[in-house]
Amino acid sequence: MSDADELRSLLATEGPAVSAGTQGFNRGRYESVARLSEYEGLKAEARSIKEDAIERLPELIDQLRETVEDNGGTLYLADDAADANDYVRSVVDDRDADRVVKSKSMTSEEIDVNEALAADGVDVVETDLGEWVLQVADEAPSHIVAPAIHRSRESIADLFNARFEPDEPLESAEELTRFARDHLGELIADAQVGMTGANFVTADTGTMALVTSEGNARKTVAATDTHVAVAGVEKVIPTVEDLHPFVELIGRSGTGQDITSYVSLLTPPVETPVVDFADDETPLSELGADREFHLVLIDNGRMAMRDDDELRETLYCIRCSACSNSCANFQQVGGHAFGGETYSGGIGTGWEAGIEGLDVAGEFNDLCTGCSRCVNACPVGIDIPWINTVVRDRVNHQGEDGGFDFLVDGLTPEADDGSPSLQKRFFGHFETVAKLGSATAPVSNWLAERRGSRVAMQRLLGIDARRELPQFQRETLVEWFADRDVTVANPRREVVLYPDLYTNHVQVERGKAAVRVLEALDVDVVVPAVASSGRAPLSQGMLSTARGHAERVAETLGPHVDRGRDVVVVEPSDHAMFQREYDRLVDADAADALSANSYEVMEFVYGLLENGASTDDLRAGAGDRVAYHSHCQQRTLGLESHTVAVLERCGFDVLTSDVECCGMAGSFGYKETYYDVSVAVGDELREQFRADDARDRAVVASGTSCLEQLDDLLDRPTRHPVQLLSPP
Amino acid sequence: MSASPYDALASALSSLDVPCERTTPAAFAETLAAHLREPAVGVALDGVNASLSGTDVAVDPTPATLRTAETGVTPASFAIADYGSVVVPSTPSGTELVSLFVDRHVAVVDEADVLPGMEAAFDRFGEEFRASASSGIVATGPSATADMGALVRGAHGPSEVRVIVVEETDE
Repeated sequence: MSDADELRSLLATEGPAVSAGTQGFNRGRYESVARLSEYEGLKAEARSIKEDAIERLPELIDQLRETVEDNGGTLYLADDAADANDYVRSVVDDRDADRVVKSKSMTSEEIDVNEALAADGVDVVETDLGEWVLQVADEAPSHIVAPAIHRSRESIADLFNARFEPDEPLESAEELTRFARDHLGELIADAQVGMTGANFVTADTGTMALVTSEGNARKTVAATDTHVAVAGVEKVIPTVEDLHPFVELIGRSGTGQDITSYVSLLTPPVETPVVDFADDETPLSELGADREFHLVLIDNGRMAMRDDDELRETLYCIRCSACSNSCANFQQVGGHAFGGETYSGGIGTGWEAGIEGLDVAGEFNDLCTGCSRCVNACPVGIDIPWINTVVRDRVNHQGEDGGFDFLVDGLTPEADDGSPSLQKRFFGHFETVAKLGSATAPVSNWLAERRGSRVAMQRLLGIDARRELPQFQRETLVEWFADRDVTVANPRREVVLYPDLYTNHVQVERGKAAVRVLEALDVDVVVPAVASSGRAPLSQGMLSTARGHAERVAETLGPHVDRGRDVVVVEPSDHAMFQREYDRLVDADAADALSANSYEVMEFVYGLLENGASTDDLRAGAGDRVAYHSHCQQRTLGLESHTVAVLERCGFDVLTSDVECCGMAGSFGYKETYYDVSVAVGDELREQFRADDARDRAVVASGTSCLEQLDDLLDRPTRHPVQLLSPP
Repeated sequence: MSASPYDALASALSSLDVPCERTTPAAFAETLAAHLREPAVGVALDGVNASLSGTDVAVDPTPATLRTAETGVTPASFAIADYGSVVVPSTPSGTELVSLFVDRHVAVVDEADVLPGMEAAFDRFGEEFRASASSGIVATGPSATADMGALVRGAHGPSEVRVIVVEETDE
């Protein structure tokens, strides 16, 4: 696992280039998918093609073997990397080849085929310009689509000038490209074997799709007489027509291009003549096309992933990189930290867990905070945060630090949670901490902030001493509410205001404001004592504990919902639990009832205003200028716009942030290891809120974590938007 | 009224900075001349209602001639209007090579073969590939790379693309 020093070093060295590249791709994605009117429909179609293909995979592979052989090629199904490499080596050896030219292929990285061939004395040349930079520099890819994204133009120029000593030093991107193309062009012309990957392979015709921009994959196939394609078994789809949604989605989702320059649809062996470029006598049409084709399909753990109910979705991945580009943490550190042996970014965890094992996946899995910004970006709708949660849970079960078990009372994991680290247990059992904190406040706050305490917390729990700790309130929201005597005559609606952990113990004022706003709009409110949602243990991969919380919440809220009460939630991450995760944690009926009847507080206010309630009963904004940062999970659910609409309707002048995440993400920003990454992510938000049009605005944010992060980043006080509306 | 497939194609190509011109079979040679940078090579325009005879294009070149050519003229099986794409078939005559190992690719397509979008394109690919196990490249604009720290047009493939659409005749 990258430690704090390694992360700090990557932030300084590779961070700037990775940020510029990924954020450019991410902006391009938003713009490009907005131009595609059928976007959601195509995503659903792509998803269902992949579900069907993985379900029927053995049958499709059989069909593909027949079509490939009918076409005159060979299909080899390799069990693992060594098996695949042995086969490729034998093909290269039979051809008596001294050079293999390659186009970009993550699967070939996965099996380390370059090393295997090099050991046989074969010259293996990467022809994708980014891959070639890495081959020259002897570095690993930092991104699944743009492998050298961590390198700036200047650093590539330095590399080439030092290695190749050109007559005139290379400087511009054009000069570097021309130099690489000319150098590689010579090497391609003389090569015997061309090796490609495949983005998709259709079982009906044996056609492979290669999605590229440089033209090197085309040359790799056209200029050689032996074509070896290396692909994971999951790349097989039923028919040529099934390629359609993927071709429309893959470039837009990844690099933000509507389509890449070339989508090669090859049904090998291709009919293009085999050429010797020295031949100045024979016209192209008189040359033969005697070409061999070998499709090497690789299992290497994939068939076991197919049998794994939690990891199976990983096989739907089309390696577009949307999850990397939309990830606030990835944008800062890149794939050298947020990646395993081969695969990086959010979905990298699923791939590495299935292919390499939990040890490798566990090395970078904690960089996923579950912010969920990748979920809507994924063109095949993979629940990437859930895969990360499951892998974290499995890693916890591998834990070996049982010696801490009873060190901190109350933090003992449920028997089924394995042995998460003490830090994970502390954050996972935050409900216990918060209850104790409120019961003993302000002494608890005072004790916690003492220097000795912070040193101990950093040493034992890895809680960074630079972070301010939450201030527990002596009187919880539930206690405050119980002491009130307010009746709403002829209520418009009846609701349960869910006293989430933070609103109940820390951000109590926003809870009071929510109650007052709802009552002002003629809503009858109750605030019963309810268990915390399970978000905290879920985020630590303590699934069994999270399930226990969810069951208790469903038991308490179920009867209220049955009686016709809506559930109103202040904390967006808990609302997202009800909407996105509870169907995996409690029985379907309970999950459906809660999800259908729960609302984020400003979403609920929006609904009231839409249905006849009047803004006259709320505090008027009168043109007050506010800067609003929505919450990552709230935005994934499409609920940012409701807050903005309500504030504007009440007369506020609203400016919104457009960063993917604030960087705090629950416990993440408190952890010593990740403090610097968290602050680097937050810096982008700080810059936005310190820009000319924002610096005089009052700051509001929906999530507890966002408020904590903004408190640390800015000098201005922060509030939840509902506090702006609370009547005097 | 929605734009004709040609207009949609020309508009998409324009945003890719790819010049696109419509001509008749009779005026084809003259139209093409303006898009050639010498030396120019080509493959016979099979399947397209136009011919390279009477042009300055060396048809069916040797590999060595191809390697030194600036411009390559090829037919396109069809075009995809929404995206500004042309489909370059892989043929025994060397269409793939002539479109790829040059700095400027001129693609010639019949107006009747300008399809509206990707769905129609893949219906056609499905029929063709199942019938004849053929191959084609959906080519959209020039080759490009961002791997050297900025977007550069002209990576391994052509740095320039031109598209000539041949009108249907009334005969």
